[in-house]
Amino acid sequence: MRYEVADTVESAASLLAGEAGQSYVLAGGTDLLVQLRAGLVQPDLVVDVKRIDELRTISEADGGYTVGAAVAGAELGEHASIGNVWPGVVEGAELIGSTQVQGRASMGGNLCNASPAADSVPALIAAGATCTIVGPNGKREAAVADIPTGPGQNSLEKGEVLVSLHFPARPANSSDAYLRMIPRTEMDIAIVGAAVNLTLDDDGTCTAATVVLGAVAPTAIEVPEAGAALVGTKVDDAALEAVSAAASAAARPISDKRGTAEYRTKVVGVMAKRAAKIAYDRAANKGGK
Amino acid sequence: MSKIHVTTTVNGDPTEFLCEPQETLLDVLRDELQLTGSKEGCASGDCGACSIELDGRLVCSCLVLGAEADGREIETVESIADGEKLHPVQAQILEHGALQCGFCTPGIIVAAKALLDRNPDPTDTEIRYWLAGNLCRCTGYDKIINAVQDAAADLRGEAS
Amino acid sequence: MTYEPKDLKVVGTRPVRPDGVDKVTGRANFGADHALPGQLVGKVLRSPYAHARIVSIDTSKAEALAGVKSIIVGEDMQDIAHELSQSGESAIDVHDLSLNVLARGKVLYDGHALAAVAATSAKIADDAIALIDVTYDVLPHVVDVDDAMKPDAPVLHDDMFTKGLEETPTTASNIASRMEMAMGDVEEGFKHADVIIERSYKTKAVHQGYIEPHAVVASFGEDGSAYVWCSSQGHFAVRDLSAKVLGMDSSSIRVIPAEIGGGFGGKTTVYLEPLAIALSKRAGRPVKMTMTRAEVFRATGPTPATSMDVKIGATKDGKIVAADCEFRFHAGAFAGSPVGAACMAGLTPYALENARVVGYDVVSNTCKSGAYRAPGAPNGAFSVESAMDELATELKMDPIELRHINAAEEGTKAIYGPTFKQIGCKDVLVATREHPHYKSNLGPNQGRGIASGFWFNVGGQSNAAINVHEDGTITVVEGSPDIGGTRAAMAMMAAEVLGIDYDRVQVVVADTASIGHTDGTGGSRVTFATGMAVTNAAEDVVTQLRTRAAATMGVDVDDVVWQDGAAIATKGDAGSLSLAEIAATAARTGGIIVGRSSINAKGAGPSFATHICDVEVDPETGYIEILRYTSIQDVGKAIHPSYVEGQMQGGAVQGIGWALNEEYFYNEDGILENPGFLDYRMPVASDLPKIDTVMVEVPNPSHPFGVRGVGEAPLVPPLAAVVNAIEDATGVRMTELPVTPVKMLAALDARKEAAE
Repeated sequence: MRYEVADTVESAASLLAGEAGQSYVLAGGTDLLVQLRAGLVQPDLVVDVKRIDELRTISEADGGYTVGAAVAGAELGEHASIGNVWPGVVEGAELIGSTQVQGRASMGGNLCNASPAADSVPALIAAGATCTIVGPNGKREAAVADIPTGPGQNSLEKGEVLVSLHFPARPANSSDAYLRMIPRTEMDIAIVGAAVNLTLDDDGTCTAATVVLGAVAPTAIEVPEAGAALVGTKVDDAALEAVSAAASAAARPISDKRGTAEYRTKVVGVMAKRAAKIAYDRAANKGGK
Repeated sequence: MSKIHVTTTVNGDPTEFLCEPQETLLDVLRDELQLTGSKEGCASGDCGACSIELDGRLVCSCLVLGAEADGREIETVESIADGEKLHPVQAQILEHGALQCGFCTPGIIVAAKALLDRNPDPTDTEIRYWLAGNLCRCTGYDKIINAVQDAAADLRGEAS
Repeated sequence: MTYEPKDLKVVGTRPVRPDGVDKVTGRANFGADHALPGQLVGKVLRSPYAHARIVSIDTSKAEALAGVKSIIVGEDMQDIAHELSQSGESAIDVHDLSLNVLARGKVLYDGHALAAVAATSAKIADDAIALIDVTYDVLPHVVDVDDAMKPDAPVLHDDMFTKGLEETPTTASNIASRMEMAMGDVEEGFKHADVIIERSYKTKAVHQGYIEPHAVVASFGEDGSAYVWCSSQGHFAVRDLSAKVLGMDSSSIRVIPAEIGGGFGGKTTVYLEPLAIALSKRAGRPVKMTMTRAEVFRATGPTPATSMDVKIGATKDGKIVAADCEFRFHAGAFAGSPVGAACMAGLTPYALENARVVGYDVVSNTCKSGAYRAPGAPNGAFSVESAMDELATELKMDPIELRHINAAEEGTKAIYGPTFKQIGCKDVLVATREHPHYKSNLGPNQGRGIASGFWFNVGGQSNAAINVHEDGTITVVEGSPDIGGTRAAMAMMAAEVLGIDYDRVQVVVADTASIGHTDGTGGSRVTFATGMAVTNAAEDVVTQLRTRAAATMGVDVDDVVWQDGAAIATKGDAGSLSLAEIAATAARTGGIIVGRSSINAKGAGPSFATHICDVEVDPETGYIEILRYTSIQDVGKAIHPSYVEGQMQGGAVQGIGWALNEEYFYNEDGILENPGFLDYRMPVASDLPKIDTVMVEVPNPSHPFGVRGVGEAPLVPPLAAVVNAIEDATGVRMTELPVTPVKMLAALDARKEAAE
């Protein structure tokens, strides 16, 4: 295995593309090093991207945010404002692993590692986040939802580097939330996860909502019926039950050592409705902005 | 296979070493630099026994490659005491009897100090969640939480 | 030596432990922290199958790899006849141990070692392991204990014919033995019962979960002797078991005890040590071996999975008239589960006229089970204490009241033979009933459970020496690895007897060549037995000090008393001499003073504990939160209260983990799917509330300081305490552990459906 440090995005892309064998991006390393140690991956080359500014900075412009793909969860949490605007995104990212893991793990890595249970992904999709990707053929944009294609599989071509994630400017009275079910209080992979992103009008009626579920399908899935069940309501109990039912209906989970399909199907509905309530309370408390 | 030459700062001292590309920083600290205070409990980032600070950030050294230490600053448990003078976290852990086998203790100390550096007055819940990545099998965590609270009080200059 | 209450200056206080500064600065050396010049790295090839015949092993490609210095396979080890060797808390069959260390003929579990390699680097050793070609003939396997007992189950050992039956069977099976203990007549007893609870329970294998993986550095010298550095609960056992496995003399192996990062019973045997010695002998260089976390889970000694039936009958005023239990424990690949101890301990908190316990020791294609903190008793208590809880509900009686009515006390004869002397069973129950926790209010979806437990605690062999230095300081030399702060307790007891400051005492845990045989650190024995040896050695020193002082002062030794660290003449005006003064002239008055004691300690006082647990269950997700927990135990005399509390808290938390989330998860190929801390879910700090402790001190009459063992009893009650609390919160009786949210929700939903 070779280890190289890239100083620019272009040099990272060219190192990755130029490797005949298996090449991997090394950001936080909290997935890659575990897989390396377990013999699940045998890289010929790892490219360390943490010296590249664009991958390590958070910037704001016109109400939108650009977050470098290798920004650590702890850094995201320490940022002055992004947690107020996108609390669900930040809480999803901050649920990955321990405080120590938070010191390194990134949303970019979490997204590209493409575990079906990845904690940052549902809220990223619900937020409508997009990615900037640079590769041998230049720069392109993609929806976050298009990156994971299956368990451990992503849509990036060889030589492509995920550079940053973009969050659009928020309408007033918007907020989001991410909840997951784990057997302990920390340190577990989500049995199920649910993110809800919504916007209210000035009298508290929901005008837009996106519900995305994690760990109940090979990738995170958006559930249009669940989002629709919130629109036009004040997220009352009936609406929440409808969200729960729609989420459970859309789930197509497996049974494994972490949970049965029956459990996942049922509890993802519970998480979806609870996340919707939290997102609603957050959005309602904001007032005009 | 060819080794990578790394120049770094460990516990305030300029340090150089050679390491294999796939060697972790934990392997390097223990086997190359003979700093065996950081422990391997799992090598997968689940137990925190290998906790160190990297550029002031609490991390698991088993999840960092030795090569990634180049140009960085590393602080291990060996740097926490000031010569013979123990840091309040260390002293309170001893006072409270908050260790039994002592294997998780270096990681707990590094993690607890990192918390108190940022949050001088944490609640018990904040301490517990901050330390969730430090497994202890002996103590049930109780005395560790009490020790960290008393250390926080010491650092705030209060009687504990 | 018997207990005499006295005013104590040091015992009962909370000084900082002598090894404390090393442990908080990272200086303390654990098993993997040692290195010898020129050492090689050793690695192990492990079976990827649960059950297979080894058709051939070809190590030629591995041998040819540059940097590989020695390889051993099963055929290189000698054949050993079945022989029981005492180690830790239970007997170990050395023949089986040898096969477990390195398989021959068959591999019996996923992770079973079948070859070992020493090379100049870890990477080369790993590459060499990958180059060893093994041809396996995969066989059907069995994991579940009840399945392993069925007549059509795949048989692990064709020479296993169940012991303990009236007629020894002629067909081999997986049932190693049957045992039975009984008193009175249970059939007759049940006829008088107004209420009978009859229930079955199951638990999964769980691991001790020590954070330090096994590690050893071994160096075999040209003189035919081996130096071994390892962390172990019993370095004398490491020496003797390694000697037997390798066909060496015990005197040829010297084992130096490293600091040990947890054991809980799991480090009372050998896994890597004989391999490291053998590799070192072949290579002519030291060999260091450490286990990965996955190897620890796959190939060390978790506690058995169990299947248990319990039947308890009582009259309507709560008197138990009969109890009948059958415990089926799986021992893993070789016989020897702690089912016997479960039979002895499960019913023992109760004074019973009619009782019977039957135990089956069963083998299965899982790693060989090991001792885990009161081995067998947590399982036995889980079933009995769950049944007692149901009995209390049926009788509409407070669960503490039911236990108190039937509680064992001084004079009660236990099912396994002895009659109790002074014990704290009732005291603990009374303290539980009066504790504010027991009277506090609960909210919706919340429930409270209590459970009791018993553990024998053992005595055994300990050796101690006390060297009195010229400057009046002393060194205590003993042979008990310090897992939980026992150096402090030894220093405190020595300081108390000698009447000197705690700071004047140093404690050394000596290697196998430097102190007499000492049984392992386990069985809750160190503060009791090694403490007794240290106390005896200190008394020996006092006798010598008085003799020297008498000679110096010119009085009769019978007229000299030892008080507050000085020899005082009781007659005339000869005055007094402090320890330091006597020590300063010792070389001239008869030679340097050394106190010694070599004992086989008897009279270990048993422990009783009762725990109170409050839970809240989320009815929509099945998530169980521990809200409040109180551990109440008869601790004899707490030498260092902080470390006694620590044992009570640590054991309770292990029990919480066992009850809620920990389990060995095997797939249908018998492969362990969760050999890591990610999916083997031990409690983390944020999972828990404070664990309150109440130390009830009923001194053990057979120890000079009244010490009872305290370390193991804390793991006995929690399983049932948690499950009883869940029943109180939800009305659902969970009989299979762990009670994960997945199982809880399924049970809640099933009950909802049944009601509809």
